[in-house]
Amino acid sequence: MSDYIKWRALADVVVVGLIVGAGLPALFALGVRALAGPGSRVEAGRRPPIRVVTAGACFAVVVSAIVAAIIYIWSSAH
Amino acid sequence: MTEPALLVIVIATALAFDFTNGFHDTGNAMATSIATRALTPRRAVLLSASLNMLGAFLSFAVAKTIANGIVDAGLVTLDVVLAGLVGAIVWNLLTWLLGIPSSSSHALVGGMVGAVLAASGAGGVLWKGLVAKVLIPALVAPLVAILVAGVATWLVVRITKDVPQQKNDRMFRWGQIGSASLVSLAHGTNDAQKSMGIILLALIASDAVPGDSTGVPLWVIVSCALAMALGTYTGGWRVIRTLGKGLVELEPRQGMAAESSSAAVILLSSHFGYSLSTTHVATGSILGSGVGMKGARVRWSVAGRMFIAWLITVPAAGLVGYDCYGLNELAGPYAVFGFLLVIAGACAAWSRRRPVNHKNVNDAWEDDAGAMIAESVAQHDPSLLRLSPAQRKRRKKAAKLAKKQAKKLAKKQAKKVAKESANKAAKEETNGV
Repeated sequence: MSDYIKWRALADVVVVGLIVGAGLPALFALGVRALAGPGSRVEAGRRPPIRVVTAGACFAVVVSAIVAAIIYIWSSAH
Repeated sequence: MTEPALLVIVIATALAFDFTNGFHDTGNAMATSIATRALTPRRAVLLSASLNMLGAFLSFAVAKTIANGIVDAGLVTLDVVLAGLVGAIVWNLLTWLLGIPSSSSHALVGGMVGAVLAASGAGGVLWKGLVAKVLIPALVAPLVAILVAGVATWLVVRITKDVPQQKNDRMFRWGQIGSASLVSLAHGTNDAQKSMGIILLALIASDAVPGDSTGVPLWVIVSCALAMALGTYTGGWRVIRTLGKGLVELEPRQGMAAESSSAAVILLSSHFGYSLSTTHVATGSILGSGVGMKGARVRWSVAGRMFIAWLITVPAAGLVGYDCYGLNELAGPYAVFGFLLVIAGACAAWSRRRPVNHKNVNDAWEDDAGAMIAESVAQHDPSLLRLSPAQRKRRKKAAKLAKKQAKKLAKKQAKKVAKESANKAAKEETNGV
């Protein structure tokens, strides 16, 4: 059977796929929650700084992952 | 020996394949964004077409072999390539007509396998490679994507469950556009290379460019990029509709999770050397986003039809490729090209009967009043309650049929009652006697 399925490569795809493919959306969701979830606005409609920083960090990781993916596509096309 | 006419026809067919490839695969990247209204349908196809084109211009490394490891490379002549391409295009058009997303690369492999079978018998096909590289990945890809997208959706929905829906929708739409763009870009680099490779191969075979040339002539890159972008912009609306509306009713959170997992699985699988088809991954991701969301309904019957289509992609495209090779032997490449034109024309004419375009791509999947009202309320858009003329016609037809059947049933029942009462009377009579 191992002639027909590359188990190792498949396992790599599943594991890293779960980390990246599910982890990044979860991070994005954390960012959204920090910005708009319950308790995100104190009186006068201001956001607590800690929440803005958390959201910024989450979105920064997501954006850098997208940039990394574009660089990867670019380099593999050459 | 290669006549120039054959070369020209092969190049034209390769560009046509490139066009159907873009056309068929728009949905992989953009169906979810269209369904959740992150982008209007027109803007979505424009964005996808631009990114496909950009991706195509990025690709300089070109696959110089087609169906590598699946058919004997020494047997791939221009005639085989032509027959294989036509097989792939015909399968792409038929599945588009039925609104089924199916892998363009698998169709190409199938067409080539059929053509090689016709050219040199079963010995020319590397069956083990076919099973390991095409058939098993077609089963594995959706499962992996369902798993990843399911987990992603479950996490996202859990984390954001107490965020107001409106805010969720607004922010996740942005995330969705970003991840869908990545899928488009990756598709452009991967799939445009295939047609470029075919054209380059044809040029080398006919001595139009030297065999050791590493670069692709600029006009090849430009024409392939344009053909694919044009196909993408034309939008395979039928496929987009099935992916976006037919499998799962999507909201932006699911759409974002699905596209992210698609992008991740596609890029990782090519990185780890276990290439999975973009179409299979994208479809699996959308299914997974329904599995991971509590209360979402997945139409497994629609999904089942797709799985069947994926399993018969290679034999079906192969059959056409096989026949086209025979036709080429009999009547030459012009006849094959003519056959392709006839099929394409027939498909286009048939699609007119129930057109799907940017206007009705997001209509409720079933003509069922409940779903339409729910959709209209959710989108705050009363115009969604209006039936299109085609829907009205279908509904009238259905009502007529129902009436007819009711009449038939009533008649049957009346007959039965009459018979029973007659029987009863007869019995009473005999009893009485």
